[in-house]
Amino acid sequence: MGKSYDVAIAGGGIVGAACAEECAAAGLSVVVVEPGPVGGGATAAGMGHIVVMDDSPAQIALTNYSRTLWMARAHEFPADVEYVSAGTLWVAADAEEMAEVERKRAVYEAIGVRAEVLGPRELAEAEPNLRPSLAGALRVPDDAVVYPPCAARYMLQRALERGAVVRAGESAAQLSGAGIKLRDGSFVPAGIVVNATGAWAPSLTPGIEVRKRKGHLVITDRYPGFVHHQLVELGYLKSAHSMTADSVAFNVQPRKTGQLLIGSSRQFGAEHGEIDANMLTRMLRRAQEYMPALAALTAIRSWTGFRAATPDKLPLIGPCPQDPRLYLATGHEGLGITTSLATAKLVADQLLHRTPAIPVEPYLPGRKQAEHD
Amino acid sequence: MINPIDLSVNGVPIAVPAGTMVSTAVALAGVTRFRRSVTGEARAPLCGMGICFECRVSINGREHCRSCQVPCENGMEVAADA
Amino acid sequence: MPDCDVLVIGAGPAGLAAATRAAETGASVAMVDDNPHPGGQIWRAAAGKAPQDAARWIHSAEQHQVEWIAGARVFAAPAPNRIAVEKFDGELELGYRSLILATGARERFLPFPGWTLPNVMGAGGLQALAKSGLPVEGKKIVIAGSGPLLLAVAKYMKEHAADVRLIAEQATQSALLAFGLRLAAHPGKLIQAVGLRAALLGIPYLTSCWPVAAEGKDKLEAVTLSRGERTWTERCDYLACGFGLVPNTEIAALLGCRLSDGSVAVDEQQQTSITNVYSAGEATGIGGLELALVEGEIAGFAAAGASARARTLFAARDRYRKFAEALEHAFAPREELKALPREETLVCRCEDVTLGRVRSCTGWREAKLHTRCGMGPCQGRVCGAAVEFLLGWKSESVRPPVFPTRIESLTRTEPPA
Repeated sequence: MGKSYDVAIAGGGIVGAACAEECAAAGLSVVVVEPGPVGGGATAAGMGHIVVMDDSPAQIALTNYSRTLWMARAHEFPADVEYVSAGTLWVAADAEEMAEVERKRAVYEAIGVRAEVLGPRELAEAEPNLRPSLAGALRVPDDAVVYPPCAARYMLQRALERGAVVRAGESAAQLSGAGIKLRDGSFVPAGIVVNATGAWAPSLTPGIEVRKRKGHLVITDRYPGFVHHQLVELGYLKSAHSMTADSVAFNVQPRKTGQLLIGSSRQFGAEHGEIDANMLTRMLRRAQEYMPALAALTAIRSWTGFRAATPDKLPLIGPCPQDPRLYLATGHEGLGITTSLATAKLVADQLLHRTPAIPVEPYLPGRKQAEHD
Repeated sequence: MINPIDLSVNGVPIAVPAGTMVSTAVALAGVTRFRRSVTGEARAPLCGMGICFECRVSINGREHCRSCQVPCENGMEVAADA
Repeated sequence: MPDCDVLVIGAGPAGLAAATRAAETGASVAMVDDNPHPGGQIWRAAAGKAPQDAARWIHSAEQHQVEWIAGARVFAAPAPNRIAVEKFDGELELGYRSLILATGARERFLPFPGWTLPNVMGAGGLQALAKSGLPVEGKKIVIAGSGPLLLAVAKYMKEHAADVRLIAEQATQSALLAFGLRLAAHPGKLIQAVGLRAALLGIPYLTSCWPVAAEGKDKLEAVTLSRGERTWTERCDYLACGFGLVPNTEIAALLGCRLSDGSVAVDEQQQTSITNVYSAGEATGIGGLELALVEGEIAGFAAAGASARARTLFAARDRYRKFAEALEHAFAPREELKALPREETLVCRCEDVTLGRVRSCTGWREAKLHTRCGMGPCQGRVCGAAVEFLLGWKSESVRPPVFPTRIESLTRTEPPA
């Protein structure tokens, strides 16, 4: 049997990398087991939108806390992390959605998140390529975008500098509180084991309520200045939150390179990673409804990924009820990049018995999950 | 020149024979930098057959067109390294 | 347009032969190509006019009512027996009973210091530009790399009064001599080779020679060459440099056809691992003009259901395949070429990624994610073969769009139910 670590983390995505960095910074010995490249799963497939979301009080608390952590570190990231404080525009198509803009602004104001309401003219000035006659938008200026694979690599690099070990190219076959059994049969013993394998977490910790939710994205050639903010339709609240039907929503992100990421789609029950021509078409049509000028831009690549979805749309962060040494850090759905830093804090707080900055109870794996719709 | 085609490259008029590709028209106009790479290097056609994307220019306002695959047309406005 | 019996992708020699033979049997045939004129790279039209050999096939295809769809590239296969193509000003979907992939090959580019300078081009690349009207008269040209294409390009340049300084062939003299012996068994080839040699009179043909650096401020001014112990610099206006050819297999991969050793795998009827999808010519392995033609003919007959007629051509195909093997052996890129790029030399020209950064990764996927190598608009068509040669990494799976495509083209057609 090899060396025993304080913490063994299965999964080198952004959540695993953030946990490794946080635990190593606290002086713990850490090992990360990752079969593929760092940040090669959902981390690479996602957009990299750092965003405060107000779906539920616990979601606001977690995303706001985590965004604060991102903002505080913005200056330290190397260029390839591509942190840009682009801000989010929640785009309202009609009066009903404008009412939602007002409601959202009040919620954000109450927790100290800067947000301003844009009328139709201000919206058109802020984003001239949006279709005319939209109702307005909520601008959340401190939201940001990052390039997630390099953010994950940076965090893991920081962990390595503090003595963490990466078992690259190795797969976890079995997890328990005592350690990680690898595919090759060897065993990595540890005081605490963290399952940070995203949508694949249930295969290592059977019975947890995490499902794969497939998404598609398209990236364009470089068109600097075409879009300035991360643009998300408020209809997103109607479409993306349905737990049953496949859905698409207008969601466009400007990359630091001048490229545009175009999303988004959500599907349950799709197990294979192939491009679904039907979903891709629906998704791009939705994007063009909001931004007709997208039609003439060149798409250079499309891909899919699997979000780790939970019934109540909150992640699982903390020990399993049946094995207090086996932690979960998964179920982040579309918010894994945003909430990675807070997740790492909450994992370390719990295993070091530190007082967390926000209550951990809403995210504990043992909680009673109400289906959220 | 029989039936020359009149177009402009970076605002300068040029006449070329029918069948000329935009890439050749750009070169004939004396332009060596078709585009600037993402780190600012000068670039020009490499493959001549539409796969390398080094010859990209803007044609009639449309960005990122492969100039080696587009035949010249009368009135075309071509912008290299715009 | 209505569905056709046989759809041919690529209008080079293999595609023209396939389309013609299929149409001769009475099948309805359509032929698609990214280029504005049929003929492919080898028979590229000069000043809008196809060379003589090509003209015969083109005429024959026209006579048999082959529908010609020019300037159209395949970007997706949205449903079984359907492909989507994009043109400069629109998009269309084409249905077929049988598909023939005659997608040809591209040049293998290997990075060396200065290879990104303007006027450093592929060997075929410079020829294509010259055929489109770029004046080469009096221009100093160095032709380098590997393979018979260098000779063909030199001949063309010389005929157009260029000042071809030399041909630098990386292969060894002994490999070429051995190849020459094989040529003796192919009279047609021998005549061609002799013809070339006569045309090339006066141009130094240096074996075991390659460029180590291209130099210039804003564009190419000189190239430094290496041969054995000797290194020297040639002033020139153009460096035409390609290290052989690599098959274009993206569309085959998109359709799920099995690839073997970088080529589309086919059976004796030129059928791929997918029923009713055929492939012919360079896409199935680099073999030259005659092999492409006969493979195209076989594929055309077979795709139209005339397999007996296809069979009559097997013997000819076998002969040309032997020649192709000898060719591949003689001109295989040498190990020494792996030392051409420095750590700071760019490998990915779309995203400007250096060899050092790529090399620091554990494989293709990590390189893509962490350095963006191969993630630009060429989708790895240039750096892919270079990285495979330099680092031994094979490219990953292919997803639609297999070619950069306008968003509107991706959404114009009705999504399948």
